[in-house]
Amino acid sequence: MASGTLKLSGGASDLVLRSTTLFYLGLMVVLPMAALAFDAGRPGAGAFAEAVRDPYAWHALELTFVTALVMVVVNVLTGTATAWVLVRYDFPGRGLVNALIDLPFAVPTIVTGVMLVVLFGPSSVVGTILGRYGWGVIYHQPGIVLALLFVTYPFVIRSVQPVLMELDRAEEEAAATLGAGSWTTFRRVTLPGLWPSILTGAAVSFSRALGEFGSVVMVAGNQPLATKTAPLYIFGEIESGNRHAALVVSAVLLASSLLILLGLNGIQRRWGAEHGH
Amino acid sequence: MATDVLESAVRPGAGFVLAHRSRPLGRWLLIAAVLGWFALLILVPSLALLRQVLAGGLRPFFETLTTPEVRRAFGLTLGITALAAVVNTVFGIAVALVLVRQRFFGRALLDGVVDLPFAVSPVVAGLMLIMLYGPEGWLGRWLESWGFRVIYAVPGMILATLFVTVPFVVRELVPILRELGEEQEQAAYTLGAGRWQTFWRVTLPSIRWGVAYGVTLTVARSLGEFGAVLVVSGNLIGNTQTATLYIHDGIESFHTGGAYAASLVLAGVSFVLLVGMDVIRKRLDAREGKRP
Repeated sequence: MASGTLKLSGGASDLVLRSTTLFYLGLMVVLPMAALAFDAGRPGAGAFAEAVRDPYAWHALELTFVTALVMVVVNVLTGTATAWVLVRYDFPGRGLVNALIDLPFAVPTIVTGVMLVVLFGPSSVVGTILGRYGWGVIYHQPGIVLALLFVTYPFVIRSVQPVLMELDRAEEEAAATLGAGSWTTFRRVTLPGLWPSILTGAAVSFSRALGEFGSVVMVAGNQPLATKTAPLYIFGEIESGNRHAALVVSAVLLASSLLILLGLNGIQRRWGAEHGH
Repeated sequence: MATDVLESAVRPGAGFVLAHRSRPLGRWLLIAAVLGWFALLILVPSLALLRQVLAGGLRPFFETLTTPEVRRAFGLTLGITALAAVVNTVFGIAVALVLVRQRFFGRALLDGVVDLPFAVSPVVAGLMLIMLYGPEGWLGRWLESWGFRVIYAVPGMILATLFVTVPFVVRELVPILRELGEEQEQAAYTLGAGRWQTFWRVTLPSIRWGVAYGVTLTVARSLGEFGAVLVVSGNLIGNTQTATLYIHDGIESFHTGGAYAASLVLAGVSFVLLVGMDVIRKRLDAREGKRP
């Protein structure tokens, strides 16, 4: 039993393993994507453009990108601040907070939606108070941003945190010794080293937000031309049998997401080359 | 060296280095703002759900959970999750081994393909599967003629869950296998061990915490997958409902009691998984710390 449990030579078993994995990924990932891309483009470029320019589709795409952009701006600020506080400062309960940061990765998106509706919904205590001042959160656009903020909360933090830990503090010390204030030191010395990781977190959360469905479907209220994001539009069109419209908007979302991630890859590579990582 | 920095950052009073020149007031304001945002965004909504369910009393909570509908839904979710975890762990280990240990044409492309599901909206993933396996789909047409139904049935829900969880185990294992190197495996071969034996006795024990982490992420995602499963399920009430579909259905039909109870259970499970992830992460970091 010691030797030759498998009578294949190294090369042959390598080949078997490689073909099996290629087959699995081909069947599971490549083929479904090819089916989508092919079927979305089949009626021709004219039909594709027309489906994108449809006012409902266009509004859904616009709303998706705008809410994702608002989320990214907030996340870049709060995420960087949170990573900074977690790495540089000591306070009671830090370990607990650090462990709970990933909660949004573990909680199902539909449960996130339910939580937000329970807390901010029109019939909740908070929702009633907000409603008195004419502020609607749930079933309005701010609810969408709130849901996106919840589900993407960990991305920027988890991207910046390790970089901040590894950062050599000698330069910050030097800046401080030369009389720079803590904000100037942060802006001029620390921040330039953090940009690639902040950008990574921002790009990944943006890509995630473009496709977010479970939490948004709960909080958005599904109003066409008001709170219907692209994934909700796609779902609606599938349900009503308008498959081409669903395919076209899907292709736009998918292409945007891939472009963002590819662009990020390029930036990271350039940064790595420039800084010798 | 990374862990030295980590330890010095974790040691109480590490903030002192900066604190002695940044004003303490500004520091505490920043800490308060960060914690306040975390509490408002993450903690308070979670506690609101807990309060909402407990306000109705424990008895209705347990009664809802024991209805056949809910038990079937959770049963299906558990079944699909177990299957997705097993399949994507086996293939995940295989893909990671191929990516790290083999050199071949198109390896970089394969590396990119693994991450693709992360870039796909769950709804779009569901639509892809309909285009492929639906009654008029590329493969579906052929499968239906053999009497095998995928879309609007359980196999479609399994495929949807498999699709969204493809990257997790692979992404955990690739860096670990790369760090590990091949020396130990080569030594095992030299001592006469076969490929299987080397894998079971040498490779797998070294990567087991990485596998555990990847599996936990896969399980968390499978339990909570909603969009992709919704699209391929055709939303039939009864036998093709998972726990997340049950929640959606409950909210849509204003049976919120059951939806809230099921949500709380899923939230509780994800909390347990998170604790598990934290424990595993510490094991992984400790392993890295032992390296010279």
